[in-house]
Amino acid sequence: MLSSLIGYYSLIFGLSISLLIIFFSVKNFNNLKILDSKILLFSLLQLVLVLVSFLSLVISFINSDFSNETVFNNSHTTIPLFYKITGTWGNHEGSLLLWLLVLTLFIFIFLIKSKNQLKKYRILTVIFQQIIIIGFFIFLIKTSNPFSYLFPIPKEGLGLNPILQDPALAIHPPILYLGYVGSSIIFSSVLSATTLNYINSDWAKHIKDWILISWIFLTLGILLGSIWAYYELGWGGFWFWDPVENVSLMPWLALTTLLHCILVLEKRSLFGSWVIILSIATFTLSMCGTFLVRSGILNSVHTFANDPERGLFILSFLFVLVFISIFIFFIFHKSDDKKLSPIFLLSKETSIVINNWFMMYFLSVVLIGTVYPIFLDAISSQKISVGPPFYHKLMIPFLIPFLIFMAIGPRLKWIKSDIKNKLSLAILLIISLLFSFFIVKNFDTKYLLNSILIGSAFYLFFITVRDFFSKKTQKLSQNIAHFGFSLLILSILFNSIFSNEIITNLKVGESYKNDDLEIVFSDLTRENKKNYVSLTGIFFIKEKNFDNILKPELRIYNQPKIITSEADIKVTFLKDNFITINNVKNEDHFNVRYLIKPYMLWIWVSVLLITIGGLMSLFNKKYEK
Amino acid sequence: MYGRKVKLRFIFVILILLSLILSVFLILNSLEENVVYFKSPSDIQLLEEIKDKKIRVGGMVKENSIEISSEKINFIVTDFKNEINVVYSGVVPNLFSEGKGVVAEGYLKDRSFFEATKILAKHDENYMPPEVKAILKEK
Repeated sequence: MLSSLIGYYSLIFGLSISLLIIFFSVKNFNNLKILDSKILLFSLLQLVLVLVSFLSLVISFINSDFSNETVFNNSHTTIPLFYKITGTWGNHEGSLLLWLLVLTLFIFIFLIKSKNQLKKYRILTVIFQQIIIIGFFIFLIKTSNPFSYLFPIPKEGLGLNPILQDPALAIHPPILYLGYVGSSIIFSSVLSATTLNYINSDWAKHIKDWILISWIFLTLGILLGSIWAYYELGWGGFWFWDPVENVSLMPWLALTTLLHCILVLEKRSLFGSWVIILSIATFTLSMCGTFLVRSGILNSVHTFANDPERGLFILSFLFVLVFISIFIFFIFHKSDDKKLSPIFLLSKETSIVINNWFMMYFLSVVLIGTVYPIFLDAISSQKISVGPPFYHKLMIPFLIPFLIFMAIGPRLKWIKSDIKNKLSLAILLIISLLFSFFIVKNFDTKYLLNSILIGSAFYLFFITVRDFFSKKTQKLSQNIAHFGFSLLILSILFNSIFSNEIITNLKVGESYKNDDLEIVFSDLTRENKKNYVSLTGIFFIKEKNFDNILKPELRIYNQPKIITSEADIKVTFLKDNFITINNVKNEDHFNVRYLIKPYMLWIWVSVLLITIGGLMSLFNKKYEK
Repeated sequence: MYGRKVKLRFIFVILILLSLILSVFLILNSLEENVVYFKSPSDIQLLEEIKDKKIRVGGMVKENSIEISSEKINFIVTDFKNEINVVYSGVVPNLFSEGKGVVAEGYLKDRSFFEATKILAKHDENYMPPEVKAILKEK
């Protein structure tokens, strides 16, 4: 009760402080030489207030204070303490409060970290960021107040959705949000820099860190979500082209493009306008992600229950922001055409332009696949969905040149370059094509396109590996990230070609047999846990070189009454053996799904490698010579 | 020097235009092929012809209609006006049960028989596929 009050009033005070900050910023814009320390002070105060508000919600969750509606809807006394805490951001209201917390945290860090930037630039960035913060304050207080009262006070809560009771999902939203919200700093900063005509290489150097930070968190966030869907949802894969996944991939693609493009601005003072557009696009796509996930508009198989009014608010807020940014772009932005520096066709600049084209193409494929069903529904009320074949067909052929350019591009020099060691590059290409040809031939699969794709992925792989041993390697961080990408594509390809799936319905004591393996459902044990009943099946898997016991679990939660399957996965370097069971209607037959997924571990590892590349670039400037 | 620059730019612009046209064409073309339409059991009754194309059928799983054997699961999807028999062999999502909403993807054999290749899962017991919600509203 008390903590809800504190939380709510902290929010109100936080909102009024936004107005104070804007007031002092405007006053400070023209008069003092240095940044008014009041701005810093009030930003800190605002951060503390939002933190207090957030913590009081956490405390309400810990104490199971069901006078708070959010707690009532998303918690229960029997949930373990850890999931009571993570339940705070496992719901709409709490997650938005977390979003706001990150917004205020980031602008405060920005103020501290940008001490050697221009005063006017810092102030304007603060103002733009405060406009976004005010929007979220109002959104939170008006449409999704996390501190609403319930009276009479219920004795028991409705419980937390069991599939959210998972360690990966506990940290997935905060990390993803750090990525999304990081793009808001880029957005505010780019608007401020455009207004002041400060889009130059100094600015690029300074904003690059923020791009890297949000890129790292976004990558990690997507990775965690993907791992979670793999084992907790029992989907048995890592990516499903589900709209909810796509909305996180789109800002990632835009951000990755920006990450490459900002290098050109930094080193060569080119592509200023393009950087501005990309920054705005990244933020817009991040906001759209929130909007689409929250509004219920998306025709996704795993949208959470939600409220259209909220979506409408985010949408109108987004329109205002986009309108402001386009306005600023056209009024203030002075094209850098006059000081056009020479570019030659064979240069690093060109290779980055090519990278940008491909990324934009991938982005538009994902965008159209995700948004087209919404449009069609609005226009003709036809309900459709766009499945994986659409994305595969449009992306896979373009991955081939993309990978080859990715192998050659980083070896080019700025302005004008020639390809050195043409011979060794060509030999490597031939080797990798032959290599993949023999792999595909040996396993006698029919994937002709895949074999060329494997070849080009191997090409990137070999070249990056070679560069690890070459003393001339300019950027270790970049090489690691590109190496990670080649590993990712290779693991994905081998994973999808050599995966094997068996689905059958079995009773206890029965077994399934085919030429390669035998699955014996030997026993079923029952155990009462704190907030669920656990049914564990014991399966013997007999394969040629593999004998194992796997114990998939079926959890019947008490509140809400939901059954979840816990996959049992035997992870090895070469493959995952994955099994889930399910039961329909309390029948004797259990629905058994057994998967052999080769190189699953390497998919996660390679994404981690890509992230490590980003981290190295962020922390260790000496790699960046 | 100047002439070369202009020429380069010209090639650049043409390349951009060409790749734009190409990508738009490719995207639209493959959209047409890979779109899966959603139908309710009543929509299926109104179909003029039965095509061998993947569709989605959605509605509620009829009470007491699920039958399970070792190879397959049979159940009936209803929108309370019309219904359709579905046969499925594959993974059943956790929240699949009688009286709950369901979306099945697969091929229509005739107006009353559907062979599903996938049953879609959802995250939340209160969540209902938007299409199913729309069907229930119409009722």
